[in-house]
Amino acid sequence: MQEDNKQNNKTDRRNFLRKSLITGSILTAGAIGLEKVFPGEKDSGEKVKVLTPDGKVYVASSEHLKEYRPPPVTNAEARKGIANKKFVMVIDLAKCDGCKTCTVACQAMHFTESDREWIKVFKMQDADATAPYFFPKPCFHCDNPPCTKVCPVNATFKRQDGIVLIDNERCIGCRMCMAACPYSTRFFNWSHPDPKQTAAVGNTPYSPEQSVPRRMGTVEKCDFCPDMIRQGKMPACVSGCPMDAIYFGDQNEDAVTNASGVTVKLSQLLEDNAGYRHLEELGTKPRVYYLPPKNRKYPIPDMKSVGNEKKEKKHIEMDMGIMQM
Amino acid sequence: MATEKYNLKQEIETVREDCLRPTQKWGRSTQTWIGCLLIVMGWGLYCYIHQLRDGLGVTAMRDYVSWGLYISTFIFFIGISHSGTLVSAILRITKQEWRRPITRSAELLTFVSLLFGGIIPIIDLGRPDRLPNLVLFGRIQSPLMWDIIAICTYLVGSTLFLFLPMIPDMALCRDRLTVCDSPFKKFKKWLYTKMAIGWKGTKSQWHRLELTMTIMTIVIIPVAVSVHTVVSYIFAMTLRPGWNSTVFGPYFVAGALYSGSAGVVLGMAAFRKLYHLEKYITPRHFDLMGRIVLALTLIYAYLNLNEYWIPAYNMVTAEGHLLSDLFYGSYSKAFWTCQFGTVLLPIIIMSIPKGRTVTILTITCIIIVAGAWVKRYLIVVPTLLHPFMPIQEVPGTWSSYFPNYVEFSVTAACLAGIFLVITLFSKLFPMMAVWEVEKGILIEHDKQAAIELRTKREAEEAKIMGKRLKTGFEPLK
Ligand code: SF4
Ligand code: SF4
Repeated sequence: MQEDNKQNNKTDRRNFLRKSLITGSILTAGAIGLEKVFPGEKDSGEKVKVLTPDGKVYVASSEHLKEYRPPPVTNAEARKGIANKKFVMVIDLAKCDGCKTCTVACQAMHFTESDREWIKVFKMQDADATAPYFFPKPCFHCDNPPCTKVCPVNATFKRQDGIVLIDNERCIGCRMCMAACPYSTRFFNWSHPDPKQTAAVGNTPYSPEQSVPRRMGTVEKCDFCPDMIRQGKMPACVSGCPMDAIYFGDQNEDAVTNASGVTVKLSQLLEDNAGYRHLEELGTKPRVYYLPPKNRKYPIPDMKSVGNEKKEKKHIEMDMGIMQM
Repeated sequence: MATEKYNLKQEIETVREDCLRPTQKWGRSTQTWIGCLLIVMGWGLYCYIHQLRDGLGVTAMRDYVSWGLYISTFIFFIGISHSGTLVSAILRITKQEWRRPITRSAELLTFVSLLFGGIIPIIDLGRPDRLPNLVLFGRIQSPLMWDIIAICTYLVGSTLFLFLPMIPDMALCRDRLTVCDSPFKKFKKWLYTKMAIGWKGTKSQWHRLELTMTIMTIVIIPVAVSVHTVVSYIFAMTLRPGWNSTVFGPYFVAGALYSGSAGVVLGMAAFRKLYHLEKYITPRHFDLMGRIVLALTLIYAYLNLNEYWIPAYNMVTAEGHLLSDLFYGSYSKAFWTCQFGTVLLPIIIMSIPKGRTVTILTITCIIIVAGAWVKRYLIVVPTLLHPFMPIQEVPGTWSSYFPNYVEFSVTAACLAGIFLVITLFSKLFPMMAVWEVEKGILIEHDKQAAIELRTKREAEEAKIMGKRLKTGFEPLK
């Protein structure tokens, strides 16, 4: 399937991701994008000029231009989801070195501003004596999602393939779901979307599956890139991870694949590595699994550089204070 | 006997005079006051339009603190709206005679604070233009939907509760307003006539009114309790530390009654002073209301203990962070001021009889109402600042919150709106239920007469007994 395919043009793909996808890969004409564009590559087709959102102009062969986003599925279909699939993600904390390439790839894919991280890499330390580790956190697409339960208008919903999406044409902006999500996953469009990003989105018609164009006064979050999945591709963060730390796949097939195209058995992976889910005790049943940071491949993160470290530290001391009381 | 009847008539006449006087002229000070309120509301409206145009980003709210002053004020206003039910319905059911002069203002306070309390969540919406979605795609599973249903029911209920006892008074106003020499007076006459809905004071009308009032009194109490319970559910139904608590329903109801009853005292004090109703709203009323506020504050304090002491003893990780912040962290000053200054201190003050005199009780109630508002803020905001995931590497504006001028202006406009509606109401309609007070006087009078009669009879009996004793019967052997 797609995995084998991937193995072959691995390098191509990596280059493509670095160069094109991250910058948004948007054309003059708007909604067409690039599948494989390498400036200066020899080819036979007609040359066209391509404009990236950061203002750079590339010359590419028309042969290599492909429909970037397929016409979005209907709202009803987007609400149903893909039949017979159960998407899961596995994040190997032993491999993640905190480079945040996943975040950048996601932001490019979804035309997000830099301070809004749908997948955010935390520096975590569970206790004073335990070692810190990097912790990338997308939306967990919970199977018992507290967020969709509280939505008064069914603007955020759970699909048959396990994905939790938001319909920003229906959302009334009450932010009840933001209060309900225990993982701080949801973001609100407090103001008009950044004009630069709006221009980059172009006149793509809206679909809950691609979450753009965004609208003021509505909620957004990680969507597991269902539009990419429909094209047989990986979510942006998965294929963007240079450490191969993120696996994505279908639980029904019991197979997950990482950026290098390595496909492994999901159950085996979780079994061998003692996979777990974050804050299992909350009962939200996340669809994202973590492999513990054992035998890590990177130096441990420096917790001193964490913004709110001081505050958190104080809390720990305070807790101890009350316990001794 | 004739003079007595005359006195009674005169007494009732003075009551009517006293009650209707404020509705007859609009003084300078009233006009200035209304003008000020309109300015505050106008500025608030301007800020709201700014918010509508440029999004909620013009407020200080950001992704972590996604609910702020607006939602805190919403809970506070809904809390104040419990006053009317409490004073009016509970005192009605328990047949407390002294309630008569204060029911109207309490019911009005309920209605108005509920009206503005209901508007605030709409102000807080990102897309108010999509309100129809609530009907088109409404989901009954959402706590927000429960809120909407409960608040709408309560609003209808409290409107009826306010309106029903006004009918006889409207008839009185209609009959008394004989000269309609200005368009405004004509309007008033028209309004009174419409609102009296053909009240003539016949026996069957009285009977029907009393029956409906009894039903309403019984129905409105559970509705009021349900409203504040489901308001708490929008918090308690989440998994957040500090909100995910099983006492939240009763805790919110108790908080509502505590602030609402204090609100009634403030209303009493204001109308007594402004409309010279000292004769009717007496220090005795303050003493009795003080006892009620005291009892409710004690219940609230007890629930506060349950809400904080149990998690504080356990200090579970996430909740522990929140509680440390409240107890010794950045919110500790506000938190302890609320607990000691606005709960414990009022309890001590109101426990001593001197603390329930007019001035001191009024000041205490101002403290209570302000404290209740701050406490609502302390329920909403600190929890949002202590999510399960640490707050890391975000812009400074996200990781802290203090309402900015837009939020303060819009909230002030809502408060001004409450005052404006109350002022207009009190300038159009009597602020005491005239017929209720009259009835109180009649009952009092009857009681007096009965007592007099009894003492007379007893005296006569004693006289007869005395005579009998004097005449002397044969002593028993
Ligand atoms: S992580 Fe949050 S937003 Fe995502 S499904 Fe779970 S509760 Fe909803
Ligand atoms: S903010 Fe939008 S998606 Fe979230 S609960 Fe409200 S209506 Fe639903």
